[in-house]
Amino acid sequence: MPAYMLLLYDGPANFDFSPDEMQKIVEKYYGWRDELERSGKLITSDRLIDGEGRVVRRRNGEVRVLDGPFSETKEIIGGYFAIEAADYEEALAITRQCPHIDYGTVEIREIDQLHGCNAR
Amino acid sequence: MSRDESVHGLVDQLFRREAGRMVASLTRSFGPAHLALAEEVVQEALIQALKRWPFGVPDQPVAWLYRVARNLALDRLRRHQRFRGKAEAVKQSMTPPEAEDDGVFLAGEITDDQLRLIFLCCHPELGRDARVALTLKTVLGFSVREIARAFLSRESTVAQRLVRAQRRIKDRGIPFEVPGPQELPSRLDAVLEALYLAFNEGYGAHEGDRLVRADLCAEALRMVTQLALRTDTGRPAVHALAALLCFQASRLPARVDVDGDLRLLAEQDRSLWDQNLVRRAFGHFAYASEGNEFTTYHLEAAIAAHHSKAAGDEDTDWAAILDLYDQLLALNPSPIVALNRSVALSRVQGPEAGLAAVAEIEAHSALRDYYLLPATRADLFSRLGAVEQASDCYRQALARPCSEPERRFLERRLASFTQEVASA
Repeated sequence: MPAYMLLLYDGPANFDFSPDEMQKIVEKYYGWRDELERSGKLITSDRLIDGEGRVVRRRNGEVRVLDGPFSETKEIIGGYFAIEAADYEEALAITRQCPHIDYGTVEIREIDQLHGCNAR
Repeated sequence: MSRDESVHGLVDQLFRREAGRMVASLTRSFGPAHLALAEEVVQEALIQALKRWPFGVPDQPVAWLYRVARNLALDRLRRHQRFRGKAEAVKQSMTPPEAEDDGVFLAGEITDDQLRLIFLCCHPELGRDARVALTLKTVLGFSVREIARAFLSRESTVAQRLVRAQRRIKDRGIPFEVPGPQELPSRLDAVLEALYLAFNEGYGAHEGDRLVRADLCAEALRMVTQLALRTDTGRPAVHALAALLCFQASRLPARVDVDGDLRLLAEQDRSLWDQNLVRRAFGHFAYASEGNEFTTYHLEAAIAAHHSKAAGDEDTDWAAILDLYDQLLALNPSPIVALNRSVALSRVQGPEAGLAAVAEIEAHSALRDYYLLPATRADLFSRLGAVEQASDCYRQALARPCSEPERRFLERRLASFTQEVASA
């Protein structure tokens, strides 16, 4: 079964929600997630911790470590869901139902399972 | 909760309830002058939950919220010199309530700190508008946007009002305490008024988001009920208001029909009235009669009780209701009460008597934009068969501000007269 990574980017931070509104939003995510679990399509999901990160690359033979990945203008990845889906069509259908698209952006990428290279 | 457990769920209104409790606890630790800071910290904790919980639910959501809010609070304290020595208070007050799954704890009861917070937000040093706004925001947990939408005002206006109110709390050194027994009844009056106004704002169906408005009613009613259940605040006036709000809320399902059109009391399908709320109303009403307090809430609840007792409009004891309106007018000589009284009068003495009573108040400046004044006259004229005057009055009513369902209602009535005139 093909697997897909749903990368959830946090939208611009506007959180003028009342406690009740916030709970309703969380419950929308739960409803969506429960459906994934029930149908056995959820592989794993995690939130990435806000506010800290490092960007590492080698420049001119020297390893450079920068604080990041944040720049003020860019949306940041807040977390991900790895799911199973028959094809992009199905992964897209699942993402359309994801409440996150109301508050941020979701990027869908297929996970390369290196078929053809695995010993069978 | 383990990851593979397939059904996630949160206790109904967990965020709202814990936010109220945490703001109250933190306000005690920080001091009432820093109410805004307490609210900020709690909001930040809820935002963290909003961002993190979608990826996995904590085993103990309430404890999680308290821990996060506590850490955020301690973090703020470290950054401000003036908060030195308050860390211990925060650590003590922000211990999560024990026994998260305990049914007793999950009941909506208000903590002592919440009661102090209510008295803080409804302090007489604050103006009436400020008290209502603070109560909605801080006590009942509505956002600035929701309050603005409910009151048809701008978010910036509401936000400013809140900031000014918080500054006044600071400047006047308003304490975080439950008033002593001497002061309590009069201080409670301001609390009841704010909750009454919040409820009416929800009930009034002006326009805007229907759901928020039902929420306003439900939250105001919940708070009044909680005050009624406490021994220190469960005074007869509180029970009287609880009874009144229960009676009003019981009719919400019948007030608007399937098309979203307004239904007057006389036309409502009474089988839709929520009998559970009606029973609760009569229960509070019985407690309200104990002791010697007698308030406008008692009279309004008594009027509502008569409607609830009547099987239909025709069976209503209008003479008794008129008597109650006479007493209400004596206690609260407002033109709106007088207008309502004129309707009761017309049911006892006929439409002419009603029109004469309306004539006495129609010049009142408070009723200048009040569409119910011409609408009431229109109804009285129509009962006299004076179709043309009635149509005129409906047109006047339509020229005044009212909600969409109310406007449709007036247009429907007007159209029915126009047809009558055409066929005559």
